[in-house]
Amino acid sequence: MSVTKRFIIGVIGSVPLLLNMILSMAGISLPGGAWLLFFFGSLVYWLAGLPFLQTAIASFKNHQANMDTLVGLGTTIAYFYSIYAMFTAPKGTYFESVAVVITLILLGSVFEERMKTQASGAVEKLMDLQAKNAEVLRDGTFIMLPLEKITVGDIIRVKPGEKVAVDGVIKDGTSTLDESMVTGESMPVKKTVGDSVIGATVNTTGTFTFTATNIGNDTLLAHIAEMVREAQASRAPIQKTVDTISNIFVPVVLITAIVTFAVWYVFIGTSAVTALVFSVSVMIIACPCALGIATPTALMVGTGRAAKLGILIKNGEILEATHSIKTVVFDKTGTITVGKPQITDIISLQATENEILRIAAGLESSSEHPLAQAILNAAKEKNITAAEVSNFAAISGKGVQAMIDGQEAFIGNEKLANDFKTDNSLHEKIVKLQNEAKTVILVGYAKQIIALIGIQDAPKPSSKQAISALKKIGMQTVMLTGDNKLVAQAIAKDVGIDEVIAEVLPGDKAATIKKLQKRNPVAFVGDGINDAPALTTANVGIAMGSGTDIAIESGGIVLVKNDLMDVVTSLVLAKKTYDRILLNLFWAFIYNVIGIPIAAGLFTTLGLTLSPEIAGLAMALSSITVVLSSLLLNSTKLPTNTASNKKVATA
Amino acid sequence: MIKIIVLIVAILLIAFIIWWFFGKHAENAGTATIVDNKQHANIIVNGGYNPTVLTLKAGIPTTITFNRKDPSTCLEKVVFPDFGINQELPQNKDVTFTIDTSKTGEFNYACGMNMFHGKLIIK
Repeated sequence: MSVTKRFIIGVIGSVPLLLNMILSMAGISLPGGAWLLFFFGSLVYWLAGLPFLQTAIASFKNHQANMDTLVGLGTTIAYFYSIYAMFTAPKGTYFESVAVVITLILLGSVFEERMKTQASGAVEKLMDLQAKNAEVLRDGTFIMLPLEKITVGDIIRVKPGEKVAVDGVIKDGTSTLDESMVTGESMPVKKTVGDSVIGATVNTTGTFTFTATNIGNDTLLAHIAEMVREAQASRAPIQKTVDTISNIFVPVVLITAIVTFAVWYVFIGTSAVTALVFSVSVMIIACPCALGIATPTALMVGTGRAAKLGILIKNGEILEATHSIKTVVFDKTGTITVGKPQITDIISLQATENEILRIAAGLESSSEHPLAQAILNAAKEKNITAAEVSNFAAISGKGVQAMIDGQEAFIGNEKLANDFKTDNSLHEKIVKLQNEAKTVILVGYAKQIIALIGIQDAPKPSSKQAISALKKIGMQTVMLTGDNKLVAQAIAKDVGIDEVIAEVLPGDKAATIKKLQKRNPVAFVGDGINDAPALTTANVGIAMGSGTDIAIESGGIVLVKNDLMDVVTSLVLAKKTYDRILLNLFWAFIYNVIGIPIAAGLFTTLGLTLSPEIAGLAMALSSITVVLSSLLLNSTKLPTNTASNKKVATA
Repeated sequence: MIKIIVLIVAILLIAFIIWWFFGKHAENAGTATIVDNKQHANIIVNGGYNPTVLTLKAGIPTTITFNRKDPSTCLEKVVFPDFGINQELPQNKDVTFTIDTSKTGEFNYACGMNMFHGKLIIK
């Protein structure tokens, strides 16, 4: 019989008993007297309450005891005493207590079950995001196929409003995709040929086709779901301490109940009935459940909420480790910076910015050098067509030259400046850019230098905000990079990082983390590809980078989005989840520490006593409170990325 | 007189509880059956996990079937933290799942509330 059904029977049996109690206070007694009470009390005890005793007996045989032991034993004692009392003292039965206690505890279970499903639903919700079928190219035509029929290499067409079925790479077409369900990124992302698409994301504007690269259990969504599932099944180390308590909890309560009876009856000299009521109350009020669910429910809600934000926390151990983090170490390239050189300054001497980019792009159009790519990207962004070039020639060690619109044009490094008559102000400008750790490129046209272009692997838009948010929560920030000191310091100054450790060889990163750990626990943020040893060495490894397999494996926390602000969010959320676990445990512990002595009648002289019914209510409420407290994690405030959202919104 | 008897009974009961729950008792152990290089074991859930300690051979594809006889909601889930398994166990229904036996060692598992414990030994 389900808990809900047992609860309904409990209500049916309890209502007449409660009614009788109220009426008898008013001096009215229902027909049937004790027999009526016996009937309804038995109904509840045998149908709704007996399973408690069954579990109690089964676990007793295994030398184990739990909540059912306490409730089963408590209600059984009260029930059989009441039958005895029916014949000896018909006014002194406790049938209504038996019924009410069973009903209230079942009510607690019903609520708890509902809320636990709510707390653990994250994985199911994730998998529900998947498309059910897709238009797949077979024998030259697109046909609708269920998800399971898709194989790697299939060409799949996605129309506006449809979901991308599996992971893949766009083959044809351009569109904007809403990836918020997987990455947590709220702004739609523009994608074109060659860009990768993620299964379960929603196509918003154009139609495109893509080649399936990952299907079934290999998709990013499946990886995320698997990781969340594992995190939710994991246990935080603090649970070990709790386990030691809960393992002895029930037997200790049983002993307390016996002592309570003995003290009241033997030493204080009350009647056996009074002593029995105190003893039963002790058994009923003790709540091992609250202790048991304090950690798992908070872990579930915390990791589930993180997953929705594109933050994957691997397990409870990581969550607990995050609590003590004092230093956050960042890799530079690709973590704090975009990872690709970008134009940061165009200092025009003669021409307009567009004209400079037109000439520069023309000169660099056939180059694949990263610096050239930066110029070409900038031109592309501004929709500038590169100038037509002819008579292309290299200027050895300095740059390239070519004819543009009948005039000689050139581009190259600062050494080119020596070939021209320049004034001091140009040199000053070059030195200023170089001091900011930027690479300087000179653009010339018609025997004149027309512009200086500063290029740098610039910080991500959210980096500065993320660093200052970390400082606000008391973190020491460190940048670790293989790059030279000058470049590293310039970037660090720009985003506000406290400490720079530059010129570190890739193989020495892990050793440097170890050194930093001597001061205090360290979190390392890297992109996961070449940082794997550092990620695993740090107390908490935070891997950024679009959920690659390596990142998922080596990071304790994996950020699906490439946004530094998520580092702050993940640290804060992990901390809040852990704090919630502690709060839950404190509450569950203190509830029992206060509740049991009151139920035992320790404060009777102060007029503070509990009936078994109140004890049952308190117990039901205590475990509900714990689950509720965990669910509240879903609505705690978290730092959000205001900077990048604004930027995208205005762009 | 009756009070002295009650007191003695109470002390005896306490002694019994301590011995029964905290004393050393033989653990209910079991092994899996191996057929065609596949390993299978049944665990009955009734006031605990029977067998409580299950020994498995490493490196063989392994399935375990749980059947919950117990009505208690405490036991409605079984959680293997080391294997990332958090499995619902409907009452009186067989629930089978695979266990990765590539790593050897002792792996504890428990009910959703961590009140009942079982152990897998993979060697």
